[in-house]
Amino acid sequence: MEKYLHSVTIVPDKCHGCTHCLNYCPTEAIRVKDGKAVINPDRCIDCGQCIRVCKNKAKKAVYDGLGEIERFKFKIALPAPTLYGQFDNLDELDYVIQGLYDIGFDYVFEVARAAEIVSEYTRRYLRSADLPKPIISSACPVILRLISLRFPSLAGNVIPLMSPMETAAILSRKEAKKTHPELSDEDIGVCFISPCPAKVSYVKNNPDNRKPLIDCVFSMKEVYFKLIARMKRENEPQFVSRTGVVGLSWATSGGESAAIFNEKYLAADGIENVISVLDQIENNALPNLEFIELNSCPGGCVGGVMTVANPFIAKARLQSLRRYLPISRNFAISDGDEVPSELIIHTPLAERRIGHYNPDERFTLQMLNDIEECNKCLPQIDCGACGAPTCHAFAEDVIRGHAKIDECVILALWAKQDKKE
Amino acid sequence: MADVLRLHFTVDGEDFTSAGEASAQVKKKLRQMGYDPELIRRVSIAMYEGEINMVIHAGGGEADICIYPDKIEILLSDKGPGIADIALAMRAGYSTAPETVRNLGFGAGMGLPNMKRYSDFMNVESVVGEGTKVTMIINT
Ligand SMILES: Nc1ncnc2c1ncn2[C@@H]1O[C@H](COP(=O)(O)OP(=O)(O)OP(=O)(O)O)[C@@H](O)[C@H]1O
Ligand code: SF4
Ligand SMILES: [Mg+2]
Repeated sequence: MEKYLHSVTIVPDKCHGCTHCLNYCPTEAIRVKDGKAVINPDRCIDCGQCIRVCKNKAKKAVYDGLGEIERFKFKIALPAPTLYGQFDNLDELDYVIQGLYDIGFDYVFEVARAAEIVSEYTRRYLRSADLPKPIISSACPVILRLISLRFPSLAGNVIPLMSPMETAAILSRKEAKKTHPELSDEDIGVCFISPCPAKVSYVKNNPDNRKPLIDCVFSMKEVYFKLIARMKRENEPQFVSRTGVVGLSWATSGGESAAIFNEKYLAADGIENVISVLDQIENNALPNLEFIELNSCPGGCVGGVMTVANPFIAKARLQSLRRYLPISRNFAISDGDEVPSELIIHTPLAERRIGHYNPDERFTLQMLNDIEECNKCLPQIDCGACGAPTCHAFAEDVIRGHAKIDECVILALWAKQDKKE
Repeated sequence: MADVLRLHFTVDGEDFTSAGEASAQVKKKLRQMGYDPELIRRVSIAMYEGEINMVIHAGGGEADICIYPDKIEILLSDKGPGIADIALAMRAGYSTAPETVRNLGFGAGMGLPNMKRYSDFMNVESVVGEGTKVTMIINT
């Protein structure tokens, strides 16, 4: 089976082999082996938590360099809504869009705009009969992978709609071809300006085994630094934003759900909270909810590890930017309950690359018993010295044959003391 | 009359998503006419708050904007439920906005106070069961 490609990577030269990150990885994907952290690609969900907590900057996100844009004749920028929250004293979204044109893009399609379209289709979708309730948002790729790996029973609850990023990619390419019929598909480069490594991985794995919708994924941080050098805000911007309150709200936790105009929702952010909510949904403990918005990052996408601003500051800025905007600037073409087929994801989550589960990760009943037996002999102090996050995780590694029991230093110490006495 | 520009908008109460669009258009127009940014800000905030109120509280209405050489007049009229106690409604923090719009950041009860603050003259007439008329004048 082809491995899932990950944006989140270890920088071995900087890794001291401390065990700090082990305790933060929500899927227990990290082990310290021979003094360096290693990530198990079958378990990693690219949440970026290890990048956030590593004191030595020994984890990084891999993304496309800005130079990649030169491969294309016609360059389309898809800025994530979070981008607007990065700038100090910004009073008009238009300056950011103008800035993107000024740094060399030929066309800008705001992902926030696409988000308003997705919100409209979400409202329509929620009106359809016989839906498995609650419906779970499909926007954060960390959640998609987490659900397929750890909560597969909920895969059918995920809304089968393209995310705002993908919607923006489809619509912008279409518009570009309409205004520039001379362009071939290869001439057009669709570039997403991402707040997080998860979106990079999602795009790079070509999630639906279809022609990639997005050609490049850039880091918001890199684009930001290029932008502030150019955004002088002296002249009235020429290019204007097509984003309203709804689109901007998608950058922060709760925004996507507020746009369903219905109170029966829950919005959780931060990967640990998300996992506990999914646990509850799986136990059927939240029967009255219709919609669940889950964001891996604290505060929502403003908390992505490829952003510049503190998530709370970005949130406050977005609040004042959206204050006097129209509710939404992208209306549905017709009323009615149709959702265009090109914006529906027809492949079930489990059959998509992001949802592939490595069968080697499964345990047999025998293995589970052995793990419990092995775990009983361990000191239960979760010291991390063996390189596993917990004694239990170490027991799993031993039974799988990935670790040897004598790698537990405490057991070894006890054995030595016993011998002395 | 040559020295007044009149703009009319029907503010759709059914389509909540388009609320605020009329004020956005007025703002654009004023920008094209080269008004001072601070003035544009006052006009568009005052009108925005009134427009949103018509959508949220009155099921839509009509907006008429008259641009005179020395002032801008905004007239908002709706056939909604009306306001029983105008003095109470004008109080900062008073709001009857439903939960669904609060989630989008509305319902702080600051709309009417801000309309008063950003205009040079404001008058609210309302009859319960018949509707509400808000007039605002901003001197240019
Ligand atoms: N056009 C209207 N028709 C009926 N009632 C209105 C109208 N405009 C305002 N009101 C009443 O006055 C109250 C106060 O209005 P105001 O605009 O100050 O606050 P809000 O709309 O509730 O919240 P905010 O404007 O801060 O989002 C409203 O909650 C509503 O009860
Ligand atoms: S919450 Fe947003 S920024 Fe964070 S991983 Fe998910 S999509 Fe990316
Ligand atoms: Mg109001």
